[in-house]
Amino acid sequence: MSAQVATTDDGLLARVARFSPPRRYLPVLGTFALFIGMFGVGGIRYEGFADPQVFLTLLLDNGFLIVLAVGMTFVILTGGIDLSVGSNVALSTLIAARTLELGWPVAAVIGVVLLSGTLLGAAMGLLIHYFDIQPFIATLAGMFLARGLCYLISVESIPIKDETFSAIAFGSITLPGGYYLGWTAVFALVVVAVAAYVLSSTRFGRTVYALGGSEPSALLMGLPVAATKVGVYAISGLCAALGGLLFALYTLSGYSLHAVGMELDAIAAVVIGGTLLTGGRGLVIGSLLGVLVLGTIQTFISFDGTLSSWWTRISIGVLVLVFVVAQRVLTRRR
Amino acid sequence: MPEPTRTRAVKELGARAVSHRLFWPLAALGTLLAINLIATPTFFNVRIQDGHLYGSLVDIVRNGAPVLLVAIGMTLVIATRGIDLSVGAVAAIAGAVACVYIVKGPADGAAGTAIVAISMALAVCVALGLWNGFLVAVVGIQPIIATLVLMVAGRGIAMLVTGGQITTVNNDAFAALASGHLLTLPVAALIALGVFAVTQIVVRRTALGLLIESVGINPEASRLAGVRSRTIIWTVYVFAALCAGMAGLIIAANTHSVNANSLGLWIELDAILAVVIGGTSLAGGRFSLTGTLVGAMLIATLTRTIPNIGIPAEANYLFKALVVVIVCLLQSPKARAVLQRRREPIPTSREEAVV
Repeated sequence: MSAQVATTDDGLLARVARFSPPRRYLPVLGTFALFIGMFGVGGIRYEGFADPQVFLTLLLDNGFLIVLAVGMTFVILTGGIDLSVGSNVALSTLIAARTLELGWPVAAVIGVVLLSGTLLGAAMGLLIHYFDIQPFIATLAGMFLARGLCYLISVESIPIKDETFSAIAFGSITLPGGYYLGWTAVFALVVVAVAAYVLSSTRFGRTVYALGGSEPSALLMGLPVAATKVGVYAISGLCAALGGLLFALYTLSGYSLHAVGMELDAIAAVVIGGTLLTGGRGLVIGSLLGVLVLGTIQTFISFDGTLSSWWTRISIGVLVLVFVVAQRVLTRRR
Repeated sequence: MPEPTRTRAVKELGARAVSHRLFWPLAALGTLLAINLIATPTFFNVRIQDGHLYGSLVDIVRNGAPVLLVAIGMTLVIATRGIDLSVGAVAAIAGAVACVYIVKGPADGAAGTAIVAISMALAVCVALGLWNGFLVAVVGIQPIIATLVLMVAGRGIAMLVTGGQITTVNNDAFAALASGHLLTLPVAALIALGVFAVTQIVVRRTALGLLIESVGINPEASRLAGVRSRTIIWTVYVFAALCAGMAGLIIAANTHSVNANSLGLWIELDAILAVVIGGTSLAGGRFSLTGTLVGAMLIATLTRTIPNIGIPAEANYLFKALVVVIVCLLQSPKARAVLQRRREPIPTSREEAVV
């Protein structure tokens, strides 16, 4: 809309003043404003909060969650939900730790982890599409399955001592100005970029949006509904496995009680990022911002020192509420 | 009776039994009990000691009480085409409120203190249920998202109540909720079965069940037909929160303590499983409390079976997953169609009788 209005004889100021972003970007811009606002308030209240290194550490500390939220965005865009990602993360850390313990080469370990996560996701997708089992129930079964497999592999925590893993875990890129960005954060950002490209510029991505808009319409249009539906759950599984690898790097251990409830954080991040839970509308970049908002809450609490950790959960709940109500108001007006 | 007619009659009876919605859950329950009996021949033994009933079967019913309670509330919520994800958090809050009151109250060992604590906890649950109902029925947010808010925030609230501590209580009257006996039967089981019986009578002997189902099929049409949809939706969320609160109190009484992080963790998922295994469709409009009872007992039996046959207890998640997938597949019309492609057409789920 704004692009057509901007004619040549307008001044730059007038054009800026008249600029209104397309409505589909409004939720993401809201999240962005929230994030900037929180960072600003933190910068005023606490010394050293606004330091760019704090932001870079935020990316590092939440790399795994960013990847999970990206996978979850695909699923939620089709109108589904994936409850299995937290358990899938735990399973991935355990598979990685166990196979490394057995002396497998790192490349094989990564391959096996990614493959198992993707297969679990795809299996749930098959159940959902071909047997009409609700996403909620099918992924709930996936969640229990992955947790159960964790306990079968090991009830104890397994440490990861592999050198390559440690090198990646502690390695970082030095940025101009003496700042540094951890490798896992770089991986997470690459995943975001790839996912954003896939969703916005490929046939598959457009089909995901179409499916979330209306599945019967997508079918009537002759879109590959089955492949896409199974595909999004496979992608979510792949992302969960990748997130599990990042989590294994972050904690350098595999444990069956890792990532309990992390699926909730991922869903909350997607919601705060402005993706409609009914499907069809949302952006991957919003989910990235959602994770950053969640991370900033935690940074707030650690900087403050007087606030207790349970305020994290309460503030996430309040944020989810605010965004859900806002979504409701926006969609009602439409 | 001529031979062919009789075999056909037997076949028809068999087919009708198989197509009954409780057939597969009951078959699964029977199989589990049989496995237990093989693993431990004394499994079915029930003895009376000190005037109390003891035995594995009694344990299963007692330990299954919290899930059954939550599942009863969940059944009615799901019947209105809703879902309540917050019940685990509500259970934790109820436990936290009761335990903190008992510890900080005037006489922490007195029965009166326990009664006030329980009433306070249940009152808080009613408030939480009203909040969920408000978001769903008045604001009009999808139930799964509306209750997600309390699911995420609830454990934080419970931590706030307990100050982040694991609160331990020493109150015999409160502990009796879980370990006490009445008329030789465990109190926890009596509470759960009592709530089940009352709910079953109220929804099946009055029009309430019908109204709940009509709201689940189409809230708008029900409203136009003169059903107070909003009040009914609100009521079921309050009821679900109350049931969750009772479950939370039983769990807290069982351990004499409350840990806001772990009390009732994943109980919402167990409860939803029990409801789904019992044949209630998540699409709303039809429900079966009897099915939920069977589902909850199936889950409790499974939890008991895994260590009984020598598998680490933690692996019960794996078997839970298998049971869910198998039961869901057997109940799925699509899977049935594949299995019975060459036989006569099966009745669609809509035509099956409601239990």
